[in-house]
Amino acid sequence: MLPKVPRETLLDLCRRMFIIRHFEESLVPLHEKGVFAGHYHLYIGQEATGVPALACLQADDYLFTTHRNHGHLLARGADPKRLCAEILGRSDGYNKGKGGSFHTVVPSLGFLHTSAVVAGIIPLAIGTAYASKALKNGRVTVCLFGDGALEEGAAPESLNLASLRKLPVLFLCENNGKYGAGRAAGAAQSPSMAVYPLTDLPRAYKIPTQQVDGADAGAVHALVSETVEKIRRGDGPSFIEAQTVRWPGSETNWPSVLQPTHSALAWDVSVVPEKVREWYRACDPVLIFVRELIEAKQATREEIAEIESKVKAEIAAAVNSAVASPYPPPEDAAKDYFA
Amino acid sequence: MREVAYYEAKFEALHEIMAADDRVHLIGGTFLSLSPRRHLYQELARKYSDRMMSPPISELGFCGLATGAAMAGLRPIVDISTGSFIFEAWPQVCNEAANAFYMSAGQTRVPVVFHLFHGLRGGGGAQHSASPQAMLWNNPGLEIVLPSSPRDVKGLLKSAVASDNPTVFVDHVQLLEVRGEVAESEPPIPFGVAEIKRQGRDVTVVATSYMVQRCLQVADKLAEEGIEVEVVDPRTLVPFDTATLLSSIEKTRRVVIVDETHQSCGVAAEIAARIAETSFDKLKAPIRRVSTLDVPVPYSPPLEEYIGPREDRIIEAIRAVLAAR
Repeated sequence: MLPKVPRETLLDLCRRMFIIRHFEESLVPLHEKGVFAGHYHLYIGQEATGVPALACLQADDYLFTTHRNHGHLLARGADPKRLCAEILGRSDGYNKGKGGSFHTVVPSLGFLHTSAVVAGIIPLAIGTAYASKALKNGRVTVCLFGDGALEEGAAPESLNLASLRKLPVLFLCENNGKYGAGRAAGAAQSPSMAVYPLTDLPRAYKIPTQQVDGADAGAVHALVSETVEKIRRGDGPSFIEAQTVRWPGSETNWPSVLQPTHSALAWDVSVVPEKVREWYRACDPVLIFVRELIEAKQATREEIAEIESKVKAEIAAAVNSAVASPYPPPEDAAKDYFA
Repeated sequence: MREVAYYEAKFEALHEIMAADDRVHLIGGTFLSLSPRRHLYQELARKYSDRMMSPPISELGFCGLATGAAMAGLRPIVDISTGSFIFEAWPQVCNEAANAFYMSAGQTRVPVVFHLFHGLRGGGGAQHSASPQAMLWNNPGLEIVLPSSPRDVKGLLKSAVASDNPTVFVDHVQLLEVRGEVAESEPPIPFGVAEIKRQGRDVTVVATSYMVQRCLQVADKLAEEGIEVEVVDPRTLVPFDTATLLSSIEKTRRVVIVDETHQSCGVAAEIAARIAETSFDKLKAPIRRVSTLDVPVPYSPPLEEYIGPREDRIIEAIRAVLAAR
């Protein structure tokens, strides 16, 4: 379903989903051509969680994200040029090339620190929440992580502390392993986590939990806005598990775009290679959102195509600008290691 | 000037810090380890309980909590208590707090203090006697402070809280009852300024933490024989005051380094390397280290004493460097 927000907001959410999708799809050929180094992780397939969830927050709220951060930063309004430049290790990047894909921060948007250790941010998120409570500034912290983060000890220690101190923090776990191994047999979610459902873990620490279909933008928006409101008024922490179906392009260690996205796929997937067609037909959250907009007569196909084509031009320009950005002077590596 | 015990000076500092700045929160232990002086912590708690937190036994969780709180405007001081327990918090201290400022290109500051008691404490055994400062020195992004006297603990704690960087405050339980001169309005002691704790012309002894006190006693003994030992206390490892140390060596031309970390890749090893790289030609004798032997810390008192930088080993090392011509 669609979020219950004005039409302009719906179209803006659609635009942000396209920004994420086309940004991420643009990175893959750059990496294949060797334009940037190292490993990286994409947010494709989770757009309908991050975009509506982050739309529920205030400008001064804190957010923490992980190695899979591009989508969260873009959903919150980060500049694709500077994000791309950071991923490419260039001086125009948000962290002047010192962070990279794993560690991009945008303090003005509430992202103070991005950890590539899967549960690294969870103790930090209860820390900003502790500070907000002590300073009585009404800020909520949203901690965005994947299902794998719950496998590290930092997670249960932090859940316990957050519950004991009634800290204003939302743990938003994006489980992109729906239909993963073992699930069909009614067994554990994955071969590496005995807790199932994942919400049993926070529940053991007396933290209220909810599950939501992460491809359902309206359900995510309704649940996160209601939950954040409760947290802001002092009810203590909450935990939401958003379930998404893993994008087939991420099945290997290195992402690959088997089918470039365009909005017409929302009503015709015949061009999609057969082995990934089902995901684009039934699971792609961006295409689901597009279909819902059209069915609800909030936008025409032409309007959607126009939004998408503007986004594609914006992303192409951002990528070009990032590629043209110089590398930082090597000697900067030895500077600015202390305040 | 008045004389007070180390634990009193430390708590004077905590009272002044808490009174001066609402952003300071105390998280963790009592800053006294197992000392019977716990009433001092209770006095603090009577005044500032809303800014003091006694967390569950979750070093990883509460060190991360303090780090995140520091990012968001507080200035937390965490008492990890026994130094060995920082290993439970290693990912948050070494991989998050230490990296945040650098990898954000200076956008995110982390003014947190991690306080711990290191070293041989008497019966601590292998899991309660660690001196993690050498490992921490090998992890860029942390300031490392090692007080050795009542005045230093007061002045350095004030600077640690004022610092915008993550700071590890490495304390020692054997120092708690040491007495010394401390002004009531003791000013902050800046980081990176070594102190010559005793002047001497014959040999430079570089010592840290509790070893400063032991070396001062050794110096008194050797003075009876006419050997004048100069005791140099770096006070902070990061930043490190190389200049004071080298000017002492230029005078004495002989150096012994006494430190309680294990010998291999220890604090003394790094200090020795720095001296050798810059002042090899000034030295009349090879640099000597007196460190803890490279074995886990045993429990039994004579075994524990045997592995540490014992007085007899310090004296032997000093005599050896003096014997070289």
